[in-house]
Amino acid sequence: MNTLTARSGIVPEPIARQPWEMLIPLVLLTCFGGMVLYSAGGGAMDPFARSHFIRFAVFAVMTGIIASLPREAVRVLTYPGYVVVLLMLLGVEIVGQVGGGSQRWLEAGPIRIQPSEIMKPAVVLAMARFYETLPAGMIGSWRSVVPSGMLIMLPIGLVLMQPDLGTSVAIAFGGVVVMFLAGLPLWWFLLAGGAGIAAMPLIYFFALHDYQRARVTTFLDPENDPLGAGYHIAQSKIAIGSGGIFGKGFNNGTQSHLNYLPEPHTDFVFATMAEEWGLMGGLFVLTMYALILRWGWKVASESQDRFCALLAAGATATIFFYIAINLLMVMGMAPAKGIPLPWMSHGGSSMMTNMICIGLLMMVNRWNQAAPRRGLTV
Amino acid sequence: MKIPFLHDRPDRPTRMISASILRSTFDRRAVVIGAVQGGIGVLLALRLGYLAIAQNEKYRLESESNRVNLTLVPPRRGWILDRNGAPLASNRADFRVDLIPERLQNADATIDRLGELLALEPARIADIKDKVETARGFQPVEVATGLRYEQFAALSVRLPDLPGVVPQRGFSRYYPTASSVGHLIGYVGPASAEEYEKDPNPLLITPGYKIGKDGLEKQFEKELRGVPGARRVEVTAGGRIVRDLETREDVQGAPIRLTIDGPLQDYAARRIGLESGSVVVMDCRSGDLLCMASMPSFDPNSFSDGIGGVEYGMLRDDERVPLRNKVLKGLYPPGSTVKPMVSMALMQAGVDPNETVFCGGGLQVGNRRFGCWNRRGHGSVDMAKGIYQSCDVYFYAMAQRVGMDPIAAMARRCGMGQEFPLPVTSQFFGTVPDAAWKMKKWGREWQAFDTVNATIGQGYMLSSPLQLAVMASRLATGRHVMPRLTLDTKPKGFETIDFPAEQVEYVRKAMSDVVNGPGTAGRARLPIDGTLMAGKTGTAQVVSLSISNGKSGPWKYRDHGLFIFFAPYDNPRYAGAVVIEHGGGSGAAYPIARDVMTFMFDPAKGLEALAALEAGWGGTAQQRLEARYAAYAAERGATVSRPPRRDEEIFDRVEAEARRAATQTDAIANEVIAPRPEANPSGTPPRAAATAQPAAPATPAVSAIAPVEVSE
Repeated sequence: MNTLTARSGIVPEPIARQPWEMLIPLVLLTCFGGMVLYSAGGGAMDPFARSHFIRFAVFAVMTGIIASLPREAVRVLTYPGYVVVLLMLLGVEIVGQVGGGSQRWLEAGPIRIQPSEIMKPAVVLAMARFYETLPAGMIGSWRSVVPSGMLIMLPIGLVLMQPDLGTSVAIAFGGVVVMFLAGLPLWWFLLAGGAGIAAMPLIYFFALHDYQRARVTTFLDPENDPLGAGYHIAQSKIAIGSGGIFGKGFNNGTQSHLNYLPEPHTDFVFATMAEEWGLMGGLFVLTMYALILRWGWKVASESQDRFCALLAAGATATIFFYIAINLLMVMGMAPAKGIPLPWMSHGGSSMMTNMICIGLLMMVNRWNQAAPRRGLTV
Repeated sequence: MKIPFLHDRPDRPTRMISASILRSTFDRRAVVIGAVQGGIGVLLALRLGYLAIAQNEKYRLESESNRVNLTLVPPRRGWILDRNGAPLASNRADFRVDLIPERLQNADATIDRLGELLALEPARIADIKDKVETARGFQPVEVATGLRYEQFAALSVRLPDLPGVVPQRGFSRYYPTASSVGHLIGYVGPASAEEYEKDPNPLLITPGYKIGKDGLEKQFEKELRGVPGARRVEVTAGGRIVRDLETREDVQGAPIRLTIDGPLQDYAARRIGLESGSVVVMDCRSGDLLCMASMPSFDPNSFSDGIGGVEYGMLRDDERVPLRNKVLKGLYPPGSTVKPMVSMALMQAGVDPNETVFCGGGLQVGNRRFGCWNRRGHGSVDMAKGIYQSCDVYFYAMAQRVGMDPIAAMARRCGMGQEFPLPVTSQFFGTVPDAAWKMKKWGREWQAFDTVNATIGQGYMLSSPLQLAVMASRLATGRHVMPRLTLDTKPKGFETIDFPAEQVEYVRKAMSDVVNGPGTAGRARLPIDGTLMAGKTGTAQVVSLSISNGKSGPWKYRDHGLFIFFAPYDNPRYAGAVVIEHGGGSGAAYPIARDVMTFMFDPAKGLEALAALEAGWGGTAQQRLEARYAAYAAERGATVSRPPRRDEEIFDRVEAEARRAATQTDAIANEVIAPRPEANPSGTPPRAAATAQPAAPATPAVSAIAPVEVSE
């Protein structure tokens, strides 16, 4: 697209340079999300839609700032940044211990920061930086996996103590994707995957909390508990299924408006949307995500160096993780877990994480444009 | 399966991994991850399409059933009207509260809280707890009806804390004349588990819906029920109603028009006063049952609210059996009231009414002497005198001549021992004994003394007040009058002529003389000029003379007082029967018949007489019932036992007790009956004898029949 506008010469170059193939779907998606939240709020801007747009505007500024960071500054700041976020996570633990109760955020004046959310892109950044600096010959040796394993395990351990299984899995997912793309031997992943499957029963019986166990059993047998945990997923499927092809119409969703759908504005915002906009709305949302993710992979593949490539791929994978788990859940294909849908769900933390990821991608994209990848790598 | 990345490992020792190899690994693996992501995307799209298209129908229905809540609107019950269209049972709009036991979380606490909010009595709270404990989950339990709006509102705002409590606007059954119609109309109540199993209609378990439990309410359940309405509302998951979608009005049940004359029924019931008995009045020209009063009774209004333990205890412990409908389920030896009927049988058998029998105060039958009630004897007695003076010897003699069979046949033709096609839940049909019956039942031969006993309405003979009333109307008209209870049935039996006109004339005249001539019920004369009532007294002995003289002593050993009547005597319009259980003699019965007939022809005069009596009794029947309840509750309320779980148990008990009571006279069926004095000849002023029966209910009627003539 940038080439197209550049050729016509009508649009000024700084604007034409922007990655519109991602920005347009992103804005469309956010606006559509705002409309769904407008409906979920009972046909009003408040309490959800207005703050959704405000947050998007605020985080868009943050995204722009991230996008304009110089390459060297990022390289230098990656590890200190990671350590700061890790300390914040530790801070959460300490505050939680002192306050006598579990919590997930730190409060600084009016702003509530959830360090575990920032940790997702931070882990991706740190991992990309680590593999950039790791000599190519060491890939496959213990040195290629132990330090990076520590980079992942430390935050996961802290987040698990909160306890927040969903976020830990998201952090692990981003980290593992970077490891995989860094070229670690495939059989390591196969071995780890096999061990993970074998350990599942142990995890289920010894590591999970009761409510998490309930989610898993409900997922495996939703009819077992139609009014309890299975109720959420059942109502979500009813909302999606009853929408049909074209939906019940804007503001006409009964499942959400009559409170049958739990969390119609956060976890189950897709069900709220699908009830009112039907299959068409669902396909639109999926298409927008596909466009954004495709652009993310394009940025990764156009990167000139290892750091950029791994960073872009990791950021894309993190966004993907949100989308996939949330959509699988609302359609009854994954256990119910509090993972929101990027740019549609109401909530600041996930919006921040995803906008940081977009910012990182735009940053890499800018670097790519400044020095396009040539046949030869550094 | 060829995995393209695996070659890294075997190559490692030989080939140095360079940055360009890593880059190509990155590119390959990125393609794989991208493909996996794309695959998941396609999977999501397919799943979305499956849910939205293939499963659309199913989920749309589920969404609708989520959203729309269908509630039944119980139909308003049809009214039960008297012959003039005045309601005997109607509906009253009110605020009510029910409990649904299966939705209660803490039953006791909820009920206590309700008791506090609604200011319920402790006995009532105990009743509700008991019912909730034993109710099956789906059966709603009534807490209260007839709430004031403030109570209703106070409760409604607390509903979120009271799961299982259902306050609603509805209709409750209302019986304006209360206990006067208790036995006749019956009452309504929530369906029992058995009834719901028999008819699994969701209406039956709708809170506040009641079905007929007894009497006409039960008999006409189908007609009275109506068609429920439905209300479709949009509700939130929390159950809050968002809006009405559609409301279908209920169709009220059809009204039932009875032949009963409401004011007469009420009057008769109240006139029975402190006695235990029944009054039946029929219209001779149509067979219409104008009045079927049975007292003492229960208040169907309070029964319809659920039978409370205290109330049930009070009614059950009462020896005057307020739960028994004495019109249909009271069986009594008819005593001398059968004499006009026996006279008809004699005339049919060829006996000349003018033939006389000498009454010397008794008659030897076999080796036993049967006395006349008048021990001094009536002298020369013809049939008319036999009726109006109730001479027993005349009938002993004549009955022996014709034998039992024509008399038994005539008794049946007059309605005794018969069951009538009436819409009632059950009716007893008593006994008309004859040789075959006695052999079958007791395995003994019919004896001459059996005929003698039967001919004065004693021995094995038993009939219900309804049968006596039918007998009176058949004697009065000479036609085979069939009683009817609803206006939509056709009058029947008028084309069948039972008796020739001159015989009817003869008996009418003799029965008129009972009241208006030199007969046994001079005090029964109507205080209305030109309207003469005819009648026949009867006094039925219930226990052996060795136990009681029938006039005093324990209530349950006293004689029954009976009276059959019709008026006007020369052109009968109304006929009927009054039976007073253990009233001490016919003197307890005929003043009631007189006042009831007076009310019929001149309501003002009738009410005047009643007002004077009720002043002495302590209020109307309903007021006395309420006072008695209050006293009983104050005395025994705390220790009272629980009422039966099911109304059916009450009916069974009442039925069983009624059958047992009907066999009371079997014990003396083979004895010589010493007929009780019937006489109160006109002109003989009744001696005030209240002091003679200190234990008796202090009714003027009882004291009026002081045995002046008896000398034993």
